[in-house]
Amino acid sequence: MSTVIKVENLSKQYRLGEVGTGSLVHDLNTWWHSIRGKENPYLKIGETNDRTVKGNSDYVWALEDIGFEVKQGEVLGIIGRNGAGKSTLLKILSKTTAPTTGSIKVKGRIASLLEVGTGFHPDLSGRDNIFLNGAILGMTKQEIKSKFDEIVDFSGVERYIDTPVKRYSSGMYVRLAFAVAAHLEPEILIVDEVLAVGDAEFQKKCLGKMKDVSVNDGRTVLFVSHNMQAISSLCNSGLLLGNGKLVFNGNVDSAISKYIDFGKGENKKEWEGNIGDELLSFKSMKVYQEEVNGEDFYNHKSTFVEVSYTIHEKKEGLIILFLIYSQMDNLLSMSQIDDYFEDDYSYADVGNHIVKIQVPPNTLTQGSFNFVIQTGVYNSKIISETKISVSYLNVSGLGKKYILSKGAENIFRPHWKWEKKESYAK
Amino acid sequence: MEATMVKEEWTEEILPRRSLLDLRLREVWRYRDLLVMFVKRDFVATYKQTILGPLWNFVQPILTTIMFLVVFSKIAGIGTEGVNKIAFYLSSITIWNYFSSCLTGTSNTFVANAGIFGKVYFPRLILPLSVCLSNVIKFGVQFGLLLLIMLVLTIKGEHFHFGTSWLLIPLLILIMAGLGLGCGIIISSLTTKYRDFAVLVTFGVQLLMYATPVAYPLSFIMQKSSHAWLFNANPLSPVVEAFRYALFQSPQQHFHFNTLWYSVGFMLVTLIIGSMLFNKVERSFMDTV
Repeated sequence: MSTVIKVENLSKQYRLGEVGTGSLVHDLNTWWHSIRGKENPYLKIGETNDRTVKGNSDYVWALEDIGFEVKQGEVLGIIGRNGAGKSTLLKILSKTTAPTTGSIKVKGRIASLLEVGTGFHPDLSGRDNIFLNGAILGMTKQEIKSKFDEIVDFSGVERYIDTPVKRYSSGMYVRLAFAVAAHLEPEILIVDEVLAVGDAEFQKKCLGKMKDVSVNDGRTVLFVSHNMQAISSLCNSGLLLGNGKLVFNGNVDSAISKYIDFGKGENKKEWEGNIGDELLSFKSMKVYQEEVNGEDFYNHKSTFVEVSYTIHEKKEGLIILFLIYSQMDNLLSMSQIDDYFEDDYSYADVGNHIVKIQVPPNTLTQGSFNFVIQTGVYNSKIISETKISVSYLNVSGLGKKYILSKGAENIFRPHWKWEKKESYAK
Repeated sequence: MEATMVKEEWTEEILPRRSLLDLRLREVWRYRDLLVMFVKRDFVATYKQTILGPLWNFVQPILTTIMFLVVFSKIAGIGTEGVNKIAFYLSSITIWNYFSSCLTGTSNTFVANAGIFGKVYFPRLILPLSVCLSNVIKFGVQFGLLLLIMLVLTIKGEHFHFGTSWLLIPLLILIMAGLGLGCGIIISSLTTKYRDFAVLVTFGVQLLMYATPVAYPLSFIMQKSSHAWLFNANPLSPVVEAFRYALFQSPQQHFHFNTLWYSVGFMLVTLIIGSMLFNKVERSFMDTV
């Protein structure tokens, strides 16, 4: 298989802050250095892009010295936390912005599904918009003409094709836009799930199209997502970015497990702080098991989540939620404080409160989970949200004797009753 | 086994910088269908849900002509070199409008289209080019009005010249397009980071009109004003003068063809500088816009 994308020493620097006279001085300084044949002085002083830490420099490296290759037919998942540089990488690949240093070599046409509906003009008819959008995406008029019927058919808006798209329902609009993009047939397809709009069905369609394109046509796909399940099922290799640097490039499963490990240091078993508004201040969250030492929890024991908060003003509908997410960020369970204290509303009295939630033994399976506490007002706002990552070891006797190495794909590991109803000789 | 060197055939190389003169005109040509679509879009979008449609383009020249008649002809008493006053003013406004709409239309290319530019790549030069082309349609409509008025005036006994000199008109349009595009892309390149020039353009174009012999013939300025050099330095002056000369060929008009070379030269210089700037800015303007 030949290499279709080759990225070498790619870096991208951004300047933070506002554009004004200050940046003019920097621009003039850069220009003065360049006419004397010297290096740009500001390229040296960029800092690693960590948005959580206050830096000293106005310049940050959104991408720093990235290098990788993509083979034809490969489906590459690009993963990383927010601000890791995923979108910057895609922007450079799709040529909407230039790199600061380094180069990318590409074989074939690149198109991305992130620009579904770009350039649609509300006053033009569906027909004209197909041609306009197709042309923006790089198709010639002839190409669009030959696929026109197919596109209309796929979109299912034949009846409205000569009506201005501003009269379309939003669903029809997206369908038409997607139909154009889906018929683009580029050699390299970029899909950015973060930017993908539309309902679940539409996103499914996007993913379906992706699979179709890579498996049946042997095209190369670059896929950006926070959904690890989608990444692991669609991609055959993974690229992990962290703070603008390439952390890992290789097998998709290793990339995902690195991604999960990578974030671990951020989360503590205990959170302390002060988030809130005029109604409530959320003070702390703690996850613990009794008589347990070490990093991991045991799933045969009760787990306790203790939270403390201060109520400044009693308000109807003030609730506290306890949510459990999988490491892939799928919501697994939800529990509300008002479910338990149905008639007793004293948890929202003015004053300080400490509340403890118990997760019974044998609830979750082995693996990592995110415990989330949300406070808010019913139907109006979320006041605070705090997350603690927890990982369980399966040492309960459950599977203790015959431990299944790949058995952790389940979510729950309940200690349900098995009964020997009958045994008899054969 | 001998290792064979496979020569890599890359279709595209994305680099931090590219040569200032590498305009990728071949790429622009490949996207010519897009150019046509943009022109069509502009046309449809401007006249959506109107009954008069392109006829609205008549209103502004007619009203401006009336204003010029009152201010410059009646009040100031400035002559029009023996050309019918209405035809004189209307023709000047028509050619001037073409330049000013090209300039204002192209000068906000980057800022106005940041939404599209941020999501998808196509040769950015397509957009300012489409503005110049769209305005040719508008010019055509207004030129049609001029011909209509001239026909009416002819019926009423006015005499107009009609001859080979009209062949000069397409060339003059091309020079105007070049000047408008050149200045427009320079301004649009400069405004991506610092918006100061965008403020300047709106009233700058209006001021420029009075520094161009639009409402009066150049010969009048040459006699009266001590600032005649300003009009001579203005590359638009010869084009407007040439346009009227080509149309009317009045014996009192004095036009020197050599001055047109100055305009052509100026156009080429602005186009080259503009393309270089545009080329530099289009690569990374999304970071600063």
